[in-house]
Amino acid sequence: MVTLSTDVLVIGGGATGAGVAWDAALRGLDVVLVERRDLAEGTSGRFHGLLHSGGRYAVKDPHAARECVAENRILRRVAADCIEDTGGMFVATPWDEAAFADRFVQGCADVGVDCEEIAVREALSDEPRLNPRISRAFRVPDASIDVWKTVWALARGARQHGARVLPYHEVVSVNRDGDAVTGARVRDPRSGEEIEIEARVTVNATGAWAGRIAALAGIEGVNVLPGRGIMIAMNHRLVNTVVNRCQMPTDGDVIVPIRTVSVIGTTDRLTDDPDDHTVLEEEVEQMLDDGEKLVPGFRRARALRVWTGVRPLFEDAKQAPSDTRDVTRAHAVLDHKARDGVRGLVTITGGKLTTFRLMAQETVDAVCAQLGLQRACRTSVEPLPGSETGRHYHLGERLARKEAALAGEQMVCECELVSRAKLEQAIDRFPAASIDDIRRRLRLGMGPCQGGFCIYRTTGIMHARDGLAAEQANGVLLDFLQERWKGSWPILYGDQLRQARLDDWIFQGVLDVEHLPR
Amino acid sequence: MTDLLELAEHESPRGSLDHCVKCTICETACPVSNVTPLFPGPKYAGPQAERYRVGGEPSVDASVDYCSGCGICTQVCPQGVKIAELNARARDALKRDRGVPVRDRIITRPTALGRLGTPAAGLANFALGLRPARIAAEKLLGVHRDAPMPRFAGRRFSRWARGRTSPATGRRAVYFHGCGTEYYEPETGEQVVAVLEHNGFEVVVPSQDCCGLPLQSSGLFDDARRTVLRLARALDGALGGDPDTVIVGNATSCTLMLKREAREILGLEDDPVLKRVSERVYDICELLLELHDRGELRTDFQPVHETVAYHAPCQQQGHFIGKPALELLALVPGLEVRELTARCCGIAGTYGLKAEKYEIAMAVGRELFGQIEGSGAGSVACDSETCRWQITHGTGRPSAHPIEYLHRAYGL
Repeated sequence: MVTLSTDVLVIGGGATGAGVAWDAALRGLDVVLVERRDLAEGTSGRFHGLLHSGGRYAVKDPHAARECVAENRILRRVAADCIEDTGGMFVATPWDEAAFADRFVQGCADVGVDCEEIAVREALSDEPRLNPRISRAFRVPDASIDVWKTVWALARGARQHGARVLPYHEVVSVNRDGDAVTGARVRDPRSGEEIEIEARVTVNATGAWAGRIAALAGIEGVNVLPGRGIMIAMNHRLVNTVVNRCQMPTDGDVIVPIRTVSVIGTTDRLTDDPDDHTVLEEEVEQMLDDGEKLVPGFRRARALRVWTGVRPLFEDAKQAPSDTRDVTRAHAVLDHKARDGVRGLVTITGGKLTTFRLMAQETVDAVCAQLGLQRACRTSVEPLPGSETGRHYHLGERLARKEAALAGEQMVCECELVSRAKLEQAIDRFPAASIDDIRRRLRLGMGPCQGGFCIYRTTGIMHARDGLAAEQANGVLLDFLQERWKGSWPILYGDQLRQARLDDWIFQGVLDVEHLPR
Repeated sequence: MTDLLELAEHESPRGSLDHCVKCTICETACPVSNVTPLFPGPKYAGPQAERYRVGGEPSVDASVDYCSGCGICTQVCPQGVKIAELNARARDALKRDRGVPVRDRIITRPTALGRLGTPAAGLANFALGLRPARIAAEKLLGVHRDAPMPRFAGRRFSRWARGRTSPATGRRAVYFHGCGTEYYEPETGEQVVAVLEHNGFEVVVPSQDCCGLPLQSSGLFDDARRTVLRLARALDGALGGDPDTVIVGNATSCTLMLKREAREILGLEDDPVLKRVSERVYDICELLLELHDRGELRTDFQPVHETVAYHAPCQQQGHFIGKPALELLALVPGLEVRELTARCCGIAGTYGLKAEKYEIAMAVGRELFGQIEGSGAGSVACDSETCRWQITHGTGRPSAHPIEYLHRAYGL
């Protein structure tokens, strides 16, 4: 068995874990990051893409709002390339309590959110599909953030500073030596190979799964309540600005324009399993009704896909009454040396994507304290790889790139404009990747046809390029079709149903995929 | 009200992209992308690229300007995606960003050109026939030296119309003659009037200008809006509030502009006058065939012993009225009609005049030209004037509006 030795072992390859790896690597620590599946496949990759301005929490949770205000400004600098500066709006619809708007303005002023009331006419001229019956509108600096791009950039940056990033390495056991955690044993679920990792400090950055990893370390009372929420991606940008309902945070109160789609979110239901990806019909109905309130005609517009994200809601069963930690604080760093008398383990859970950098900073501060080191955090000033110019991405980028090579490039995924060259590059860089892994990197198969036209092309190219045997290639194809189907069937109506029927004719009728040898 | 609003948004060109299932039928039918790599195709430039466009952000896909605007993609789409309309809007945004060439500002204004050229027709026609002058025009303006140019008639149709009165019959038709008839082919207008009168119509010819289509297809939307609304008001005035009066035109692309394109592409759905006018507009052959279906068309045709090939222009197909000319021509005894199946002649209004697009337009037309040459027909009937000029340019065969054959057969 291979044994690795490192300063810091980070468990969890979401935004938080990758953020911890980047932060620790920048501070000169040796880092190994393990993730049970692909990077950002858990909660991070399953959110709507909103970079909060702080407006959403200005009334309900001023502390969280202040964090968002600060982090929004920092991320716009250091993760510029992962962010589209869409701007945001809060609008008072006829269903919102009219008095809330004034409290909202006051709340924004109190916590420092740049908020400007604009005429309803101006809001409607900027966003013509918005409900014309809104009574007030406010501009805030919300934005949309591409979480995959962010996590890849974090991982790339960490690697450039010496970190080893190991996706598809699941923790089998957390190693204890008396009152110290000394690392973990991990297994590649695809090959079955195991690696022993010795670490001076282990960071449990597994979000909704944090209680499980803590339990593997023999630590009790890390109660993470998984809160399940669905999101629906609509086929194109119904709005180009983040549009929020001006009311207390609730279900279905925001539409986020992210990349080529607009996402409405979200519901909120407690579950007992962080891998619970249930989508209930009533939740879909609720989201569509909520969408209709912001954008009339929402139900007639085409829904592409629905998915479930599970957010970690932390409740510390061990929290001492004397604890000064602000109880409204959304994330929690648990130094298990102070909390449980167990050295070498820090847990970070709760929180939100917008504040991942701050969470990582506080976590690595705790790690440094355990190691007896004094090293300043640099993530608020050091740009991520790709963000050095400080320029935000814009929606037209792929179209512009394609325009420059119009005749020369063969397209594989037409909806998301992925060229054959890009796909081959990805296959070469990640030889063991599934199509779903490639999807997260390239957005392949994420457009209107949901893989109907690009997946058989991709399978063929993987077969030719990667030397993937025909049977394996068939398996890869079927796995991906299954994966896409999960997010399709609960929203099959109207245009997407027509698409699904056409795709079905292609795969069942022409290719007879069910009977391919595998 | 909200329901109507919703419906309008959802059925707008942008909203219609939701219906695309990527079937690629439009790409196989597109005459332009099949002959040049410069235009990436209707599915690509339309519903696909549209998902990457944000109002107010700079245009990044100049290739959409290579769409000829023929509209075949919209016609063949089984899902109802307004592809050509999406492309037209993208082109407008592009022109706003990058500016409009002087050439496009000139050739999109047939009224101004006609007014300039008509009094000096002899000189203008002479100049247009001179090779050095055409080469200079290509270099200075970007109008291709070989592009088919009509000859100024030297007289205006409206002058002729003003000098006569149509007998009152109680059945009125407002004649929308268009710029081609006005400045280049006034005889076609005279034939239309004669055929309508022969069938019992009192023909009213109000003072009128361009419909704005050339401006629209070159992406000059603001000017196009002003122009089409001015025309709509002129025609509406001539309707005189009579619910039975029809508006009839012989320029199929211009009548399509009034019927549908101005409202859909220029976003003029809400203009009540344009709406009223658009509901009343007929293509001349459409109107005559409707009369025939009701048993009201006079069929006192004399035999015409000729073979004629018929090409239905793309814009005529955009009316979704079938090919009424074909059925009308079949009523003429002795006339052998050969239906041409090639979709497009390539010219698409002013597209094929432009220096950088001339070769593409000729390549598009090649299939049609070949069919005409193999048809054994002595002449070609076609509803649109720019297509006729292109066909004659591409084949050397004379071409005429279908009404010319009917006019002849009536012995008028």
